[in-house]
Amino acid sequence: MSDTEEQPVETSGETGESGDAPEPGTADSAVEEAAKTTPRGVPLRIQNLRKEFGGITAVADASFQVEAGSLTGLIGPNGAGKSTTFNCIAGVHRPTSGKVFFQGEDITGLRPEQVANKGLVRTFQIAREMEDMTVLENMMLAPRGQVGESLFNSVVPGIPAPRFLDDSQRQRWERVVPQGRRAVTRQEEDLRERAWETLEFFEIDHLAGEYAGSLSGGQRKLLEMARVLMTDPEMVLLDEPLAGVNPTLEKKLLKRVHDLREEGLTFLLVEHDMDVIMNNCEHIIVMHQGTVLAEGEADDIRNDDRVIDAYLGETI
Amino acid sequence: MSDETPRERFSGLRARFSQGGGTTDASLLLVTMVALWALFAAVGMYLGYDTAGVLGTVQSMTFLVAVYALAVLALNLQWGYAGLFNIGVAGFMAVGAYAVGFLSGSPDATPAGLGLPLPIGIIGAMLIAAVVGLIAAFPALRLRADYLAIATVAMSEIIRTTALARPLAPITGAGQGTRNFPANPARTLYYENPADVTSAPNAVGEAVFGVFESFGVMRTNLVVDMTYTVLLLVVVGLVYWLSRRTGNSPFGRVLKAIREDELVAESLGKDTRMFKIKIFMLGCALMGLAGALWQGLGNGSVNPTTNFLPVLTFYIFIALIIGGSGSNTGSVLGGAVFAALLFLLPTYISNIVATFNLRLPRPNSVIDAFTPLLSADPLPLVGFVVANIDSMRFIIIGVLLVWLMQNRPDGLLGHRKEVASSVDLMRRDRTRGQTAATDGGRTQGGADDE
Repeated sequence: MSDTEEQPVETSGETGESGDAPEPGTADSAVEEAAKTTPRGVPLRIQNLRKEFGGITAVADASFQVEAGSLTGLIGPNGAGKSTTFNCIAGVHRPTSGKVFFQGEDITGLRPEQVANKGLVRTFQIAREMEDMTVLENMMLAPRGQVGESLFNSVVPGIPAPRFLDDSQRQRWERVVPQGRRAVTRQEEDLRERAWETLEFFEIDHLAGEYAGSLSGGQRKLLEMARVLMTDPEMVLLDEPLAGVNPTLEKKLLKRVHDLREEGLTFLLVEHDMDVIMNNCEHIIVMHQGTVLAEGEADDIRNDDRVIDAYLGETI
Repeated sequence: MSDETPRERFSGLRARFSQGGGTTDASLLLVTMVALWALFAAVGMYLGYDTAGVLGTVQSMTFLVAVYALAVLALNLQWGYAGLFNIGVAGFMAVGAYAVGFLSGSPDATPAGLGLPLPIGIIGAMLIAAVVGLIAAFPALRLRADYLAIATVAMSEIIRTTALARPLAPITGAGQGTRNFPANPARTLYYENPADVTSAPNAVGEAVFGVFESFGVMRTNLVVDMTYTVLLLVVVGLVYWLSRRTGNSPFGRVLKAIREDELVAESLGKDTRMFKIKIFMLGCALMGLAGALWQGLGNGSVNPTTNFLPVLTFYIFIALIIGGSGSNTGSVLGGAVFAALLFLLPTYISNIVATFNLRLPRPNSVIDAFTPLLSADPLPLVGFVVANIDSMRFIIIGVLLVWLMQNRPDGLLGHRKEVASSVDLMRRDRTRGQTAATDGGRTQGGADDE
């Protein structure tokens, strides 16, 4: 099922079922080789992923990939292994075996913050806000690699460049001499502007000063999406973002996702709800009993007998 | 915005206050301290103390407030910001106190010190406390919060029993404790040979003592203690500034996020373990500083059988809870309220009551105190409480804590929005032109809600 075609897949949302898929249990060198040859257009690639909890195999040799700029859906009945796969990608679980590649890099078994710092950022099924922090604090928390995340920079006052220096000398001064708190506030002012703009995009800027804990469920979902954007991600993992969301908000959220996708962001959407996936994702991966059951466009999936069996045979 | 209405200006002020603005907080602390000074001076005068006695009353209160403020600020960094449940505060303070004695104490006394200069001793004490904190926390920080609590309380008792251990007597003085501390900086300021109790004052000392003598204060020790207390207040100011900067920054924001939901912080790419280790070490270093300046230089004697008992940790926790965990200003305020009003003031009550000549009955036991209640005679109970106020105050503190937890769990200032950022997030002064005006109106509405 893995697609190892050499030519970059830029536009087409379709993946061939053919192709020389590597045999399960290929040597590691071959796996790494595959990672290197993975075209840039395929940011996320899961290879023979396996996760066992004690005697239970939650994910059994699942392989799939997500193409750049796509909105890929991952569905399956309860217990299909969607969430476990998701957690293995995000670094919450360490896979028993198999590999996860992100932009050609092996990220298998990295810690959550390391995965996030590669540009692969997740949301949570139940929106998890920092309840005792304001909406803006939540937003400002997210950007990666902030100057002020160093204790030293936060505390030490910076030494400003003397006035008699010209612009290029000033720039060099600011590179060499510790700028400490000065650099922190400068960056914070820029980030603040971005935070406000992002809040406006999600239409929750009127809540900026509120505690996140006082937001409604739907507003929290919006905030969570907005916060993820603040990390400047390459790709976003959405864990059932529409669970328990009313139809109006659902439409709103999906509109935002489509807008962002058009700007080049890649999404992997894990969802329980068949309809949402069918109507929104150009590429769909169906998991069942820990493996990838089917892959393809909505119409292919809809008419796939195995998918129908899986959904009707197990749970709805 | 020059054309703002008074109402807008007022709501702007309120917004700034609710964000923990610098000037209002400073004045709040100042007002509190002035009130406490007035109260204790009044108590001293009421009890008929002379000028020196009144000054002494005020000084010993201020000293206790300052050292509590230091320890509470340190704990606030760990518990208030990052949610790290350190119940070994007393242990880390002990490390600081013993370390400053060991590093800067006289080499000739027993237990011998290294005789290093005082600044090196203090910085060394902080570093040692930080390293001990790292040792205690490193295995536990990777686990859940509860394990850190167990590890720290165990560490604190290990430190205390180590200090008691006989084989370590050459360093710690074991059960006898140690009095070998360097002369405090106030003595150094006023005496030719600060280490010698009988030393003659130097020129500065002569001048300062002369000024106080003209007001009838003959006790030079009191002048030294007062000077030391003023220096302590400066240190409190510095630590407050440090804590504020630490909290109001992206660093502090990550700490808050760790307290709220560590997995989310990780999912946003924050290496939470590094943040926790850093703040834990910083907090322990400041606890070490508190111990060095309080029991070490301040009291000048340390004994592991009476100092650094776990109860000290709980006092500091209570002070932080009273003030409002997560708030630096609240930490200082809580330290002041606890040390002055709950810890120290009750010790004066029996003296004050005695001046009324009430002839209260003095029952010898609880039974004698309570049984008269059956015949509607509360006086024996009142007499009992007044006579045993030293122990009773801890019952009062306990009751107060229960009341606080139920009615005001956020403490005095914990309910405020103290936004962790180096800039005011509600302002958007970089927005160009007309949007700034509209945003200004809206943001005020947002900040105003609380």
